[in-house]
Formats: sequence, C-alpha cells, structure tokens
Amino acid sequence: MRRSDLGEFEEVVLLTVAVMVPKAYSVIIAEELERETGQPVSTGAVHAALQRLEQKGYVTSVLGEATAERGGRRKRLFTVTALGGRVLTDVRSVRNRLWERIVPPTMLEWS
Amino acid sequence: MNPPRFPDRLLTWLVAPHLREEVLGDMHERFFRRAGRLGETTARRRYWRDSLAYLRPSFIRRKPASNPTQTTPTMIRNYVKIALRNLVKHKGYSVINIGGLAMGMAVAMLIGLWIYDELSYDRYFQHYGRIAKVMQHGTHNGEVFNGEYNPLPYGNELRTKYGADFDHVIMSSWTSDHILAYGEKKFTKTGNYLSPDAPDMFTLKMLRGTRAGLKDPASILLAESVARALFGDADPMGKTVKIDNKLNVKVTGVYEDFPFNTEFRDMTFIAPWDLYVSSEDWVKRAQDNAEWGNHSWQILAQIAPNSNFETVSDKIKNIRVEHDPATAFLKPAVFLHPMSRWHLYSGWDKSGNLDGRIQYVWLFGIIGLFVLLLACINFMNLSTARSEKRAKEVGIRKAVGSVRSQLISQFFSESLLVAGFAFALSIGFVLLMLPFFNEVADKKIGILWTSPLFWLSGLGFSLMTGLIAGSYPALYLSSFQPVKVLKGTFRLGRFASIPRQVLVVVQFTVSVTLIIGTIIVYRQIQHAKNRSIGYDRAGLITVAMNTPELHKGYNALRGALLQTGVVVDMSTSSGPATDLRSQNAGFEWEGKDPNFKESFGTVAVTHDFGKTVGWQFKEGRDFSRQFTTDSSGMVLNETAVRYMGLKNPVGKIVKWGDTSFRVVGVIRDMVMESPFKPITPTIFILRYDWADVINIKLNPARSTRESLRQIEAVFRKFNPGSPFDYRFTDEQYALKFRAEEQIGKLASAFAVLAVLISCLGLFGMASFVAEQRTKEIGIRKVLGASVFNLWRLLSKDFVVLVVIAFGIATPTAYYFLYNWLQKYEYRTDISWWIFALSGAGALAITLLTVSFQSIKAALMNPVKSLRSE
Repeated sequence: MRRSDLGEFEEVVLLTVAVMVPKAYSVIIAEELERETGQPVSTGAVHAALQRLEQKGYVTSVLGEATAERGGRRKRLFTVTALGGRVLTDVRSVRNRLWERIVPPTMLEWS
Repeated sequence: MNPPRFPDRLLTWLVAPHLREEVLGDMHERFFRRAGRLGETTARRRYWRDSLAYLRPSFIRRKPASNPTQTTPTMIRNYVKIALRNLVKHKGYSVINIGGLAMGMAVAMLIGLWIYDELSYDRYFQHYGRIAKVMQHGTHNGEVFNGEYNPLPYGNELRTKYGADFDHVIMSSWTSDHILAYGEKKFTKTGNYLSPDAPDMFTLKMLRGTRAGLKDPASILLAESVARALFGDADPMGKTVKIDNKLNVKVTGVYEDFPFNTEFRDMTFIAPWDLYVSSEDWVKRAQDNAEWGNHSWQILAQIAPNSNFETVSDKIKNIRVEHDPATAFLKPAVFLHPMSRWHLYSGWDKSGNLDGRIQYVWLFGIIGLFVLLLACINFMNLSTARSEKRAKEVGIRKAVGSVRSQLISQFFSESLLVAGFAFALSIGFVLLMLPFFNEVADKKIGILWTSPLFWLSGLGFSLMTGLIAGSYPALYLSSFQPVKVLKGTFRLGRFASIPRQVLVVVQFTVSVTLIIGTIIVYRQIQHAKNRSIGYDRAGLITVAMNTPELHKGYNALRGALLQTGVVVDMSTSSGPATDLRSQNAGFEWEGKDPNFKESFGTVAVTHDFGKTVGWQFKEGRDFSRQFTTDSSGMVLNETAVRYMGLKNPVGKIVKWGDTSFRVVGVIRDMVMESPFKPITPTIFILRYDWADVINIKLNPARSTRESLRQIEAVFRKFNPGSPFDYRFTDEQYALKFRAEEQIGKLASAFAVLAVLISCLGLFGMASFVAEQRTKEIGIRKVLGASVFNLWRLLSKDFVVLVVIAFGIATPTAYYFLYNWLQKYEYRTDISWWIFALSGAGALAITLLTVSFQSIKAALMNPVKSLRSE
C-alpha cells in the first residue's frame, strides 16, 4: 500500500469529509477545520486538497443543490471512497501501533 | 450587503470555467456565514485574503476540450480543401482578391528591388568606404555651387603635402568617347585616362595581366567586353591598339567590366594619365605652368585606413585660396565627397541644400508602400465583407461540433491561401513588368532569386497580410453564439461598416493624389517642351571631332559635304547646340559696374554656325565673311544684353582679357542647357581653332538614311581612322527631359495601378452591398421605386466617400507638388482645373464601377429576389 502520497493536510481534510458525510463540501470542511485547529483555513486550500484527493481516488464528488446564500450556485459534495477509507484505516493503525509502543516514562516527561 | 466586487471579477476571469460555479459559490457562502458571525468588515477582509488562495494552477488551468483539436495533417488538408472550394465557389471575389493583392505586391516588389539597387550602387568596389571625389564648394553672387572640376596641380599638392592622409590620389580625364582601332576594326568606346595606381584603388578584377599594367605610359587596360569586340577570342595581351587615330598603346591587361550599377559603368578602357598629358598640348601646358585657375579635371582619392573624410576635408579645404588668392571672393573650399554619397546624395540647389536622388528613393518608397497599403485594404475589406455573410456558416459549424480553434484555423488558412496565391502571382507580374521597368528606370534589375532577404521579406509580408486580413473573421466571427446567429436575432452593430468606409476613403485619397501628381508632372514636361528654343533642331546632326585629321581642312570638308547636295550647311563649334560647355569671367564693357562679378557662357563658332542651326536675330546681323573685321566680332544672346545692361548693344566693344570684340548682333535665346532653367547669358565668338564638334544641317528634301550614307562616304575619305558616329540634335535635346519623363512615366504607371486596385476593391464592395440588400431592393421595387431611385440609393454611399477622399487629396497634392515645382525655375502653374478634372475623373470612375453592380441589382426581378430562401 502506497501511503506516502497522503500529505498531512490532505489527511485531515479526508478525515473531515468522513466526519461530515453526507454534507461535506469545502465551506463546511474549512469551518470545521478552523474550529478544530484554531488556525484560519481558506476554502481555496481545502478545495485544492479535495481536488488532489479526488485525483488519487480517495473521494468522489457530485454537484448538489443550489442555495440562495451561494447566489444560486451549486455546491460540490464529497464522500470518501472505499479506497479512501482503507487508506485512513491504514494510517490510523500505523499510528496506533506506534503510540502503543511509547513507554509510560516518556509520556510522563511530556506532560 | 455584498461581497467585494473586485476579487469576484478577478476570480471570474482567472478561474477555469468548469470550476467557476463552485468556487464563487464557496466564496459567497463563506462570506455570508462570516459576516453573520464576525461582522461585515472582517468578512470583507478575509474575503480578499481567501480569494488569493485560488491563484494556483489547478484552478486556473482550463479543462481540455472534450474533443481535443489536433492539428493533424488530415485536419490541415481539410482546411485547405474547404478554402479552395470557397475560392472556386466565389470566382469573382477570388479573382478580385488575389489579383488586386498580387498587383499591389508586384508594385511593392518592383519598387523594393529598385531601392535595393539604388542603395547598393558602387558597392562593387572593395574600397567603397574610403574612396572619394575631390570637390570644390563656393559662393558666387549669392548662389552656392559645388563642382567636381579641379585644377591639375591639386593632384601633386594632395600627394606631396597631405600624402599621409591618402593611399591613392588619381587624376582623371573624365570618361569620354574615344576611338579604339586594331587593324581594320574601329569602335567608339568610352574610356578614361587615369593615374597608374587607379587599378589598385578600383580593385580591378584582372582577367589577364596585372594591376601594374598602367605603369608604362604607352599601355592600355581593356574591359572584357571591349577586348572581345576588338580581338574576338584571340589573346589581346601585347597587341598594339590605336587611340583616336594618333596614340599607339600596348594592351597590358583585361579587367572584368564594371557592373551596371556603378558610377564607372561606362569606363570600358583605362589608359595612363601621363599619355594624356603628353598628347594634349593644353593639358601639358596646365601641368608645366601649374595652372591653378584651369578647372578641367576630375580627381579621385582613397584616404588612408586610419583617417576619415571629415578630418581630411578639413585639412585640405584651403588649398585653392592658398595658391589662387584672387578667388578668395568665392569663399572656395575643397572637400572630399565620399563614394557612399555619390549616387544618392549628389546635386545641390542654389542655396546649397542637398537635392539628390535620395529624394526619389523616398518618393517611390512611399508610393510603393501606399500602393501596397491599397491592395491590403482591399483584401481586408473584401474578406471581412464576405465573412459577414458567413455568420450562419459559423453557427452551423459550431452547432455540429466545431470548436472555436478549428474555426480560427479554417478562416486563417483561407486568408493565408489567398495571400500565398497572390505572392506567387506577383512574382509572375514582376517578371512580366521587369523589362519595361528596366527600360523606363534605366536599370538592369533582376529578381534576387538567391537572396534570402528577398524571400524572407516576400513570404513574411504575405504571412502578415494573410494574418491581418484573416484576423477579423477568424477572431471575431468565431466568437458568435450559434443560437443567436441561427435564430437570426444576431445583428452587426450600426458602426460595423465604418472601418471599411474609412479604408475606402484612404484608398481614394491616395489614388486622387497620384492622379493629380501625374497630371502636373506631365504638364511641367509639356510646358518645358513647348518652350521656344531659339534655333531649329530638325535635321541637325553633330559629329565629334575626335581625330587630328578633322581639324585640318575645314573648307575642304565643308565643300565636299555641300557638294553631295544632301547637306544644307555645315559648321564647327566648341560644343553642340544642346550643351553649354564653358563659362568664363574676365569681361569688361562700357558702363560695367566695377564690383559686378560677371560670368558668361562662351561658345566658339565658325561663320556658318548661325545658318546651320538657324539663329533668329533680334538686332544686328550674323557673322559674315564679307566683313574681315568680324574675326573679332561677337554675337550676344538676349539674356546677355539684359545682364550687361546695354541699351544699343550692336557696335559696342566688349573686352575679354586682352582681346576686344565688337558686338555685331543679338540673337534670341538658345536653350542650350536644361529647358527647366533660365538662360545663361552667352557670347558667341569666331574661333576656328576651338572647334570640337561638326554641326551638319541635312537637306529636308532628301531621305535621312540616304543623306547619312552620303555624308558617311565623305567622312570616310577625310577621316579614315575613325568610325562615322553622329548624333541627332533633337534626340540629344529630348534627353534633357529624361529625368522628368522617367518620373512622369513611373508616376503615371503607379497612378493607373492605384486607381485600378482601388476600383477593384470598390467593385467588390459594391457587389457585396448589392447582394446584402437584395431583399430590400425587391421590396422597394414592389412598392414602386424606379430603377433610377435604386441606382441613386446604392451609389450614393460610395460617391460620398469619394468626395471626402477628394477633399483630403486636394490640399495634400497641392502641398507636395507646389514644393516639387519650386525646384524648377521655368515651371508651369498649378491651376484649379487640374483638381477639378481629377476629382471629376475619380467620381466618374467610381460611378462606372459602382453603377455596374447597382444597376444590375436594380434591374433584378423582385419576384426572384423575394422568393429566395
């Protein structure tokens, strides 16, 4: 499994899509990330990351309904594909395994 | 509350169309959410910053078309095929379009070749950049003159005193006619006596012998053509040739003929300067006595490599005043005139301003550009007019699935094809016109088949014309929305035809200006031709006295000629009637203002000269053998009498140097110089020994050919050493109009072409308009409009344009031609009727051109025109 092609920001965005499904689109994702990280996140950055994810096959998208607050424009809704889900699980299990191997004294030093 | 406008617009423009909707939607939604939470000001600020996040290639890059346009050979072949079909379908337009453009290109090409030839004049010589003529500048009675006749001692002075500045100083006897004889073969050839290092300066390409061939005073170098004429295929080296039946010289070399576009193209042989000095008494005298006042020779020089013309001119400027202080009142200055300026920058008017050929280079360059512009305008006009008809085609092509880039390629390939055809055709035109053009312009120009510059500029130009003319249909029409075009709601703006109208006005302005110019040039020539020349040139011939034999028995020769019965009279003179060869000062007469610095044309004649040329006496009488005192007699022309301020000139005494002359008669002015110039005050005296030409008046009752045959027989007897060469005075006189006639012929040719090209364009436009308005005309006819009404309706627009063009052309032409005429002292006036005539002419041509189409349209059966579609 190649997983070197999933950047950190991409990983976070992919996770957020998974969280927000079925209502995941760039504005919501950007706001969610802003709230979670406390850093300003622009829709442009999120959109670009989503484009890359879609290219890699981790998400798919459809055009949704038009809404008034968007000036009658449609939004693009994203869902995680099976491949995307597997990648996420992989990443997570790698992390978990590593976490579990950290000995308690080290943890104590950090806190 | 609204998001900021500018970032929106920026994004709309920048972001690829397929992403535009979601991107702008995201931006707006985010803006309203933020505005609700954080307030409008913050939302606006963040909006600006957020928009920057979209400035990345993944948003800007356009989505590739669903059916990608590949410029495959198949596609290109298809474009060309469709373009050809279109050309064949509209044959009339294609002919007008290609023919008009080809004509314009041909004219431009001819003029370009001519300018190239003019600019490459004399570049044959390897020392082109360092060769100069020694010239003198001075002011006499307020008039500036620049002369290239120099006194003999200048040569030595430059060589000895300023030797470091010069590589070569060459004395020249001028290139003139001489007889070359080898055995029985005799030819009159033009050649020059030059200093021995001349071959080095000219870097002669020696075919036989060496450049040192002139070191021996009894030697001669021949041009290849002369060597061939004299010796055929035999080896000329070492053979003895006789010059002017008196000088025996040995051939020491053969050089390649100078090319036609060099100053020395007539120099077909070169003999040593020392031979010239020793064989001509007057030259020997000038050399032995160091005559600083005898200005008779040309001096050429090549400056040293480390020097330049300005500094050397500055050094030598005073050599005349130093040795001939009496001429200080002329403020003379000696200077070097570089070879690079001989051809185009020689000739000065009376105030010393440059008046050279470069003006014609500019003039014709501009005319060429204009004719080309006219042709291009036509081409663009017709292409755009045609293409409006093709809006529907564009619509259907798009509906069927053409993408814009394919339509652009289609239109461009059509216009490039037309431009390419025109270029090929124009080369054909040039080939056809070159012989005629070379004759008129006195050139030997050929197409520069091997010059990359020629092909580059020709093809580059065709490409540019094609691209410019094709740009309107290609770029504008291809942007139409198929729905609108096909539904028929598509309208070109009211002002769509304005550029075309402007172009037509430009065309006709140029044409009318050229017409007016041509008329005035011809009027000026006619004006000068109608000038009364003061003598009778019909049946008058001149023969050069080029051998010693002819200078012996004057009376014997005259008697023999008269005895033939084909000669009315014969005389000799110091120059032909068509050439005033010498001007002199040093005259005194009763009542002369001592400060008056006079200058007279001087001609030496024999008793019979007046009767030979047909002098017309105003006062007094001709020279006569009845009065022995006439040997010191003098005849004046009218201008001389006015110039001297004499009341009763006959009988007055005029002193020239130490000799006194008595005026016996006054003749009407003879035009001996340029017919465009005022007459020089001239005196005629009786000197048999100054004779240089024989004037013969043929008997008008006899056929010229028969007369010449009999005269030739007499000359064979009296002058066996030389061929019988004669010149008709009327032909010589006609030569004086050559420059003007050249301009006249070229200008009229260009004017005709310009008018023709403009008419072609107009014709095309008229037919286009008539076609476009077919339905309107049909309806008007049904409602009762007469043919005349319709004709007026269709022609009016064009007539207005031509009238506007005429309004612009009149002052322009007046301005330029007024300035041109100022150059001539004897000139015609610019009268109003010329303008009226040209205007009426242009209008008539326009009406003729337009009427053909408009009447055809007006006569059409309305049933047919309304039924179509």
